[in-house]
Amino acid sequence: MASYTITVNNQKRTVDVLPDTPLLWVLRDELNLVGTKFGCGIAQCGACTVLMNDNAIRSCSYPVSAVGTNKITTIEGLSENGDHPVQQAWDEMDVAQCGYCQSGQVMAATALLKRKPNPTDEDINAAMSNICRCGTYVRIRKAVHLAAEKAAGK
Amino acid sequence: MKQAPTNISRRNFLKITSLAGGGVLFGFELLANVAPEAAANAALFAPNAYLSIDANGIITLMAPNPEIGQGIKTSLPMLLAEELDVDWNKVVITQAAFDKEKYGNQSAGGSGAIKGRYEPIRKAGAVARQMLIAAAAQTWGVPEAECATENGFVIHKTSGKKLSYGELSTKSASMPVPENVTLKDPKDFKIIGKRIKNIDNKNILTGKPLFGIDTRREGMLYCMVSRPPAFGKKLRSFDDTEARKIPGVKNVVRTETVVAVLATNTWAAKKGRDALKVEWEDAGKLESTTEHIAAFKNLIQQKSEKPDRNDGDAEKALASAKKVLESIYEVPVLSHAPMEPINFFADVRDGKADLYGPTQVPGRAITDVAKALGIAEANITLGLPRQGGGFGRKLRSDNVVEAALISAAAKAPIQMLWTREDDMQGDFYRPNSMFKYKAAINNNNELDGWHLTAVALGGRPAAVDNFPAGALANYRVDGHSLQSNIQTGPWRAPTHNAVGFAEQSFLDEIAHELKKDPIDFRLELLERAKNNAAGKVNYDIEKFKGVINQVRQMSNWDKKTPGRFKGFAAYYSFSTYVAEVAEISIVNGKPKVHKVYAAVNCGQVVNLSGAENQVQGAIVDGLAHAWYTELTFDKGTVQQKNFNTYKMMRIQDAPLDVEVQFVATNDKPTGLGEPALPPIAAVVCNAIFAATGKRIRKLPFGKELNA
Repeated sequence: MASYTITVNNQKRTVDVLPDTPLLWVLRDELNLVGTKFGCGIAQCGACTVLMNDNAIRSCSYPVSAVGTNKITTIEGLSENGDHPVQQAWDEMDVAQCGYCQSGQVMAATALLKRKPNPTDEDINAAMSNICRCGTYVRIRKAVHLAAEKAAGK
Repeated sequence: MKQAPTNISRRNFLKITSLAGGGVLFGFELLANVAPEAAANAALFAPNAYLSIDANGIITLMAPNPEIGQGIKTSLPMLLAEELDVDWNKVVITQAAFDKEKYGNQSAGGSGAIKGRYEPIRKAGAVARQMLIAAAAQTWGVPEAECATENGFVIHKTSGKKLSYGELSTKSASMPVPENVTLKDPKDFKIIGKRIKNIDNKNILTGKPLFGIDTRREGMLYCMVSRPPAFGKKLRSFDDTEARKIPGVKNVVRTETVVAVLATNTWAAKKGRDALKVEWEDAGKLESTTEHIAAFKNLIQQKSEKPDRNDGDAEKALASAKKVLESIYEVPVLSHAPMEPINFFADVRDGKADLYGPTQVPGRAITDVAKALGIAEANITLGLPRQGGGFGRKLRSDNVVEAALISAAAKAPIQMLWTREDDMQGDFYRPNSMFKYKAAINNNNELDGWHLTAVALGGRPAAVDNFPAGALANYRVDGHSLQSNIQTGPWRAPTHNAVGFAEQSFLDEIAHELKKDPIDFRLELLERAKNNAAGKVNYDIEKFKGVINQVRQMSNWDKKTPGRFKGFAAYYSFSTYVAEVAEISIVNGKPKVHKVYAAVNCGQVVNLSGAENQVQGAIVDGLAHAWYTELTFDKGTVQQKNFNTYKMMRIQDAPLDVEVQFVATNDKPTGLGEPALPPIAAVVCNAIFAATGKRIRKLPFGKELNA
């Protein structure tokens, strides 16, 4: 076991875990931030997507020992009142079916919009590789475009 | 307005209770697929849905069915709120837990929840509304007929006096249950048929602990399990010396079949599990997909002992045909792979079991756990969280029983979690299957004979009464089931998900051979079934034609656009009619699906947003699995263990748009979670044929096209 202090949702948190523990399990099991989901464990499905600084990472394959001073943002810390433009767009488009993958989708879209505030369909194809088993991709695409409009104040 | 016959009485329908702090609780029974005599039997009465109105006017509805992504937690309460006549935004909805004493059938499967509950749940709402009216009329000393309701208030029409449901709730509990209630005329619907957002959106989008995997209880240990690495292997012995050295590992227990490692977090449990030295021994045949395919090829040349359907004489028609078309279609084994990996919480101590987690069959799970633990069902409670997808995977109770046995062995509360690899090896798979079709074309250049021989790995290989049965004088189906120790089971739209591809592709082949437009060809056959039915016709011909004509129009089927190619299929399942068209192009040898059009007749749509989402999702789901996914076994072991080799579709290959139109009708609702899936594989493969001249007869088509 080893002790790590990481910054999650603007708070410093200290955990005592095995050094190779993926960030995902630190978030879910140690910090009780269960909005970040487990789907495959090998960085394929993206259900575990969180932000490290402004970039999307797959927390199931990112050891806690590598986080260092980078800032982690999870779905719980995306906005205070659940009203981030991406969250609003996802609600308005009524994207979710089972809802399990959607926190990862929202975090991936958030990272995309930080890099490309007005993404094209091709940008979405390239950046959003998260799996949705219910097949909500049509609405996800529309929601990303809507979120871009909202963030631009349109 | 229509009078609905109710057969309502306190004895056989409602359980009405006054709430302690003022207010009323209506408990009512919602049983799908139960004979009316049984439902009317007072001894069997067990409410499984609840509506409460407290003195402050807070209206709470309990949704009785497991929410697996089909939207039932939103749509069932919509039915109740409509007839109760309340403001949807002021209604609180909670998921009912499972309690055998109080609740009845709560399963999710077969696209049946809305179909079975449409009238009963509306009647329940109407009864409650009528009793609130009675309470108001008595308070004011006026006839009930002078009273109306609006958005949670009873209004005296002549004086304009108003009382809220909250104010009336306590008194309503003592009102007589009406003999008859009036259900709303569909033209007056304010909630049913409208776009209502998923009621859990906010919780989903802020990461609230909604799912079974999110369960956290005092003293709970995280659990990972070592299971047989192949079908045909079983546990012999294990050595846990190294596993117990992993920091965080608290215990290692075994049940008859598996070894479980319990730890203070998931990662330690997984490392412990991986450090176990387990010896497995042979307990049966170690089967491989290549052997199954060889057996399929043999069986498919044989007639079954008794044909599943045999109209006229298909063999004779084929023998005297001007031309015979013959094609063999094949689909692979699939995993359900719900995004939320299999898990369950169990706390089994002192002869009692507290269970919480994802299952589509809570009733069966309790029965199975009671049997496995040797305790009474009354000593088991089971809570139902939101579920991260079902697709049929959770129609078995294996995960519930496994968690309960481990908790009992450890005498501790545990959360058992499967990895994706565990799930890939431990599923009840969609069986692979093979279909040999023969079509007889007679001297008039007409299709007049059809012979299907189907084989599947366990289960039912063919949907025997499918169109074009009924349209053809000579029609025969032979089915074979190849027995295997690799377990198979229902996967979204069971049997139909494979048959839809094969049959709708073969019909396209025949249309092409006859130089007929594929839609015209279907319509001609339906006309034949109408004017000259052969054998049983199990579909409504006009409804079938209706969706076909509608999709022709919405997709501009008859308009040709350079570089764009269209494919068509139509399919009837779960009492719902779906016709689909896909428009594709070929980019660098790979299909690009620009748009899919779907015309759907599922009776009255309850939640327009949810219904459209189900159809869009089923189309993407069906397309994804037709394009990419395939499971194969080598000596009982699955060869695709995770999403790196078991390929799932990403957004880049999904259609840019899926346009859905529902036939405007007030007929009773029919199934919707599944019926849009069966046709889509053929729709896209038929478009690929139109674009390239290559006929896809084996899925996944991405492999066939090398794309």
